[in-house]
Amino acid sequence: MAERSFKKEVEQLRIGAGETFRGEGILAITKALLENGVGYVGGYQGAPISHLMDVLADAEELMGELGIRFEANASEAAAAAMLAASVHYPIRGAVTFKSTVGTNVASDALANLASGGVNGGALIIVGEDYGEGSSIMQERSHAFAMKSQIWLLDPRPNLPSITDAVRQGFELSEASNTPVMLQLRIRCCHVHGAFEAKDNVPPPLTVREALSSPQRDTSRIVLPPASFQHEKQKIEVRWPAAVDYIKDNKLNEFFGPEQGKVGIVLQGGMYNGVIRALQRLGLADVYGDTEIPLYCLNVTYPLVDDEFLAFCEGKDAVLIVEEGQPDHIEQSLRSILHKAGHGVKVAGKDVLPMAGEYTGQVMLDGLEAFLAKYAGDTMPDRARAPNRPGPVPDLSEVVPGRPPGFCTGCPERPIFAAMKLVEEETGPHQVSADIGCHLFSIMPPFEIGGTTMGYGLGPASNAAFDGGGEKRPISIIGDGGFWHNGLSSSIGNAVFNKSDGVTIVVDNYYSAATGGQDILSSRANNKTKATQNPITEAVKGVGVKWVRQIDRTYDVNKMRETLREALTTDHEGPKVIVASSECMLNRQRREKPLLAKAIKEGRRVERPKFGVDEEVCTGDHACMRLSGCPSLTLKMPDDPLRDDPIAHIDQSCVGCGNCGEVADAAILCPSFYQADLVHNPKPMETRMARWQRRAIDWLQERRAGKRLAREAVR
Amino acid sequence: MNQAVTLDAKSPDPRLGQVLKLAVMAVGGQGGGVLTNWIIDLAERNGYAAQATSVAGVAQRTGATIYYVEMLPESDRQPVFALAPAEGDVDILIAAEMMEAGRAIMRGFVTPDRTTLIASSHRALAVSEKIVPGTGLADSRAVAKAAEESAAKFVAFDMEAMARDAGSVISASLFGALAGSGTLPFPAETYRETIRASGRGVDASLAAFEAAREAAAAGRTPTTTELTEAAPEPGGVLPPAATPVHEDADPERMVGPDAMLSEWEALTDRAKALPEPVVPLAQAGLRKLVDYQDVAYGREYLDRLDAILARDRAAGGEAQGFDFTANAAKYLATAMAYDDIPRVADLKTRKGRFERINDEMRAPDGTLVHVTEYMHPRAEEAISVMPARLGAWVEARPHLVSALDRAINRGRRLRTDRLAGFAMLYVVAGLRKRRRGMLRHGREMAHIETWLDTALGRLDTDYAHATETLKIRRLIKGYSDTHARGLAKFDKVMSGATLVEGRDDAADWTARLITAALKAPQGEALDGALQTIRSFTTAGEA
Repeated sequence: MAERSFKKEVEQLRIGAGETFRGEGILAITKALLENGVGYVGGYQGAPISHLMDVLADAEELMGELGIRFEANASEAAAAAMLAASVHYPIRGAVTFKSTVGTNVASDALANLASGGVNGGALIIVGEDYGEGSSIMQERSHAFAMKSQIWLLDPRPNLPSITDAVRQGFELSEASNTPVMLQLRIRCCHVHGAFEAKDNVPPPLTVREALSSPQRDTSRIVLPPASFQHEKQKIEVRWPAAVDYIKDNKLNEFFGPEQGKVGIVLQGGMYNGVIRALQRLGLADVYGDTEIPLYCLNVTYPLVDDEFLAFCEGKDAVLIVEEGQPDHIEQSLRSILHKAGHGVKVAGKDVLPMAGEYTGQVMLDGLEAFLAKYAGDTMPDRARAPNRPGPVPDLSEVVPGRPPGFCTGCPERPIFAAMKLVEEETGPHQVSADIGCHLFSIMPPFEIGGTTMGYGLGPASNAAFDGGGEKRPISIIGDGGFWHNGLSSSIGNAVFNKSDGVTIVVDNYYSAATGGQDILSSRANNKTKATQNPITEAVKGVGVKWVRQIDRTYDVNKMRETLREALTTDHEGPKVIVASSECMLNRQRREKPLLAKAIKEGRRVERPKFGVDEEVCTGDHACMRLSGCPSLTLKMPDDPLRDDPIAHIDQSCVGCGNCGEVADAAILCPSFYQADLVHNPKPMETRMARWQRRAIDWLQERRAGKRLAREAVR
Repeated sequence: MNQAVTLDAKSPDPRLGQVLKLAVMAVGGQGGGVLTNWIIDLAERNGYAAQATSVAGVAQRTGATIYYVEMLPESDRQPVFALAPAEGDVDILIAAEMMEAGRAIMRGFVTPDRTTLIASSHRALAVSEKIVPGTGLADSRAVAKAAEESAAKFVAFDMEAMARDAGSVISASLFGALAGSGTLPFPAETYRETIRASGRGVDASLAAFEAAREAAAAGRTPTTTELTEAAPEPGGVLPPAATPVHEDADPERMVGPDAMLSEWEALTDRAKALPEPVVPLAQAGLRKLVDYQDVAYGREYLDRLDAILARDRAAGGEAQGFDFTANAAKYLATAMAYDDIPRVADLKTRKGRFERINDEMRAPDGTLVHVTEYMHPRAEEAISVMPARLGAWVEARPHLVSALDRAINRGRRLRTDRLAGFAMLYVVAGLRKRRRGMLRHGREMAHIETWLDTALGRLDTDYAHATETLKIRRLIKGYSDTHARGLAKFDKVMSGATLVEGRDDAADWTARLITAALKAPQGEALDGALQTIRSFTTAGEA
């Protein structure tokens, strides 16, 4: 079960020609796949294409009707390898993943795929996680396209353009026997818009039918001598075929007048940003009609030499708008001009920054600088005397940073609280982390974890310390990373090398950071997937002897003891602790409606919550330093004798138990209490409670009659 | 070659001004996506072409997130909208939390020529604010001031509370504030239609919507009190010695048997007779101590205060507004009401506690509330409540102490809604009566004596320094290890205060030491400050 359900939206995928599709970019891509006779789809979740995987999973029934195979692949490498079906068979296939990290993982398969080439259209939809909100290193997918000779589409960020790009991508792939990468930036994936739908088309040849008549063609297999032929074929046959297709079908677009003193060459994905800057400069209207000639590269690789040269004809200068670095496109375009001996002046990464996102202001400044330099005499008023806003008030000392952190009730919080407590006894350890929610432990209040080298590579990145020493290295890996490739790359690696280290597998029943998709060890029943394969079994299966399973991570004492044991045992070889509790975000989503229903039906339901006795709390905030829970917050006591705010648990508390467990394990303070609300209690229970309550009341009255007390806390 | 068409100088397309640009800045999990979908629906309902984008991903997990919408009256052609807000180019900025409003201002999205800033004045505290041992809360007033300067129009009030009161979530009240601000050319009824069409929790959403719409239409901005309550003091700066009390509020009453109440009245009259600046603190202190122990303990407190006041007066304290006595009233009360097991047990077995918990938990009628206490007593706590001589005897025998610790030291979960668990705590609470004879009490009293003597010793030579010396007491709080760390910090700052004694800036330095001690849990900042002091005092490395 994923974080977000698209069941409702998926119904829209059934609409046909003449109807208008409205929704998110990613949903539109799915619709376009169905309209273009795709035979199979797959991928691996990760922002910004997580929702695409969720949509596909929710659309599995519809795809089944059309004879389309969907696979939630184990990794990006597995997804890319799946495209092998298009190598020999005339079947269109599409896979999706996050880039550039997913592309890194997939690059082995991608290189093999591109070398042999394809028969059916092969489309790789990459969600480019670049710029604001990105969670990964800032790199470009462009280099992957260049190194493997995969064609790269970068369409304008609107629904008609991106859905068209799906069709064009398949056709281009088939016309040039080359896989095609369709690049979508974060905001484009989530853009809300509309496009004219077409009828869904079942694949002419389904994968099921293909199985009945297997095909093979040794010339497409990456083995010598064919592999040497492939390289030549890429350059001599496939490339020219691609260029012809791009030109003939006008994949790249021209806007504005044909002639102009200056022009702009831009990546398709940059179109809206460029138009907005031109609008603000008075050089384009709201519909994007502009007085500056634009050459919009919806295909950023390969470039079409003569199209570009023709665009430069008659111009003094052209600006290249290319986000990210290295400036692959600018270098190529300059090289084309140089070879052709063309004298047009080129601006690019001189007026625009080499690195970083091209935000609204950056684009405006860059375009303005370019126009001022090369078209200064004809600049509009706005640009000649720009009306700059005044300086922005400096609040940097006031506004606190707000990095992402563990959610309310997250089961990973107590794991790191336990680690912090162990470190208070033993001093800091060498800790390597993986990819996933557990990375938030690097931030305050935990500040645990050194490196993160890649998905499933947490324990592997401690390999240099595997030989052991005075203190054992600790590595952390999530269940997502574990199944992605951690079992072999990290655990198998540690077993084989007789690692002395400790590995904590954070098992929250889902691939939680990417939106709660099911994985092999998920506890849920999934109609179309095999779940409930325990991590401990897998770990033992590859030869780990010291394995501990913790079934409730909130038990901080047990967590701490287990960790202590792992750090001190004289067992040789890797020590693996599997710490399991369900992702609270998903658990709440799953349980809340069920509980509400149960309460309504009169069934007995217990709901825990935590509270703080205000008078007992002294405001030292020691509990905060072992928590960081959003629901554990501060409030100012209404007491002139107190200087500092005290702990307070707000209504969002889900009663996970961390506050109490930590207060106990760290011997913090007795301020916390747990209050379990019992809805629809049994009659006997109510009677017992009433009887005990009467006795307690009597004791309380007795004491209250013999003393003075403040009214607020009597 | 250059017969290029020249560019006509012209102003931007006037229709560009009709493009409405709206950004929502929220904390992940606040429902910014719901709000954005409503705004899109609203725009389309009113014949506008709209486009929305967001940056989701891991930023959803309690981090800062941003949503962006552009809209223009629909025509036969599709306008080109931007996918992200640009500095100086935002018409409406909705901040779902006060510091997110600050972040929007810092990023240049709020400009005086065009931006309506709609902000909820409540605070969702960042982790960095919560983990400071003292007061690390960011200053909402600074953001409000910047907002007044930066925004063309500033609408702010606690939309979170408004939504909660209506049984809804903040997206509904933000939507209401948007409607009430009148910045979008859409009738209020179309907003309501949007909410109705969304289909879930409609009535609660509409209630929150209306409340916020009316408040925004009335042009509400937060009052200073609201902002102060949201952020008691700016980070790193110590609050004044006396936190201002709500002057109109009635002083809290005491309850108990009539005979004791008349004794109490006499004591209050004594407290009221103290100099005016001391009164509210002395009254609060008196209440706290009588509640903590008994009437006699309150009398003891007032006796001490009287003696302190006499010294204060002799040292010319009147000219200082009796600042020394006022601070003594505050910190002496806190020191005398030290936290021990009987105190905790007492507070957890009080008569009104179940009602307070039921309120806090919003327990509906017919539900039962189970209450579990998380206690973790150690040998130290057990010894501290022993009679002084017995306690000292046990303490001097390490084997005995560790045997005791083995027997006691473990986490205990007590169900205080059940008779057995309650009775156990009730008995411990009853130890209050013997408190004066306990080992801990003697130690606390001696500690108070030393501290007060040191402060009084400075009173005649350096009034300000003497007062700061009293304030060092603020560092002692918490239980077990945290308490021990607080004591260690207290000792360090006391020794630092001794080092600077006699200097003109002794009080400043002591205040600085207190601030430093409150910054980090382990006292790194304090050690740095002490190092500095040692570098210029003759004492050298202490």
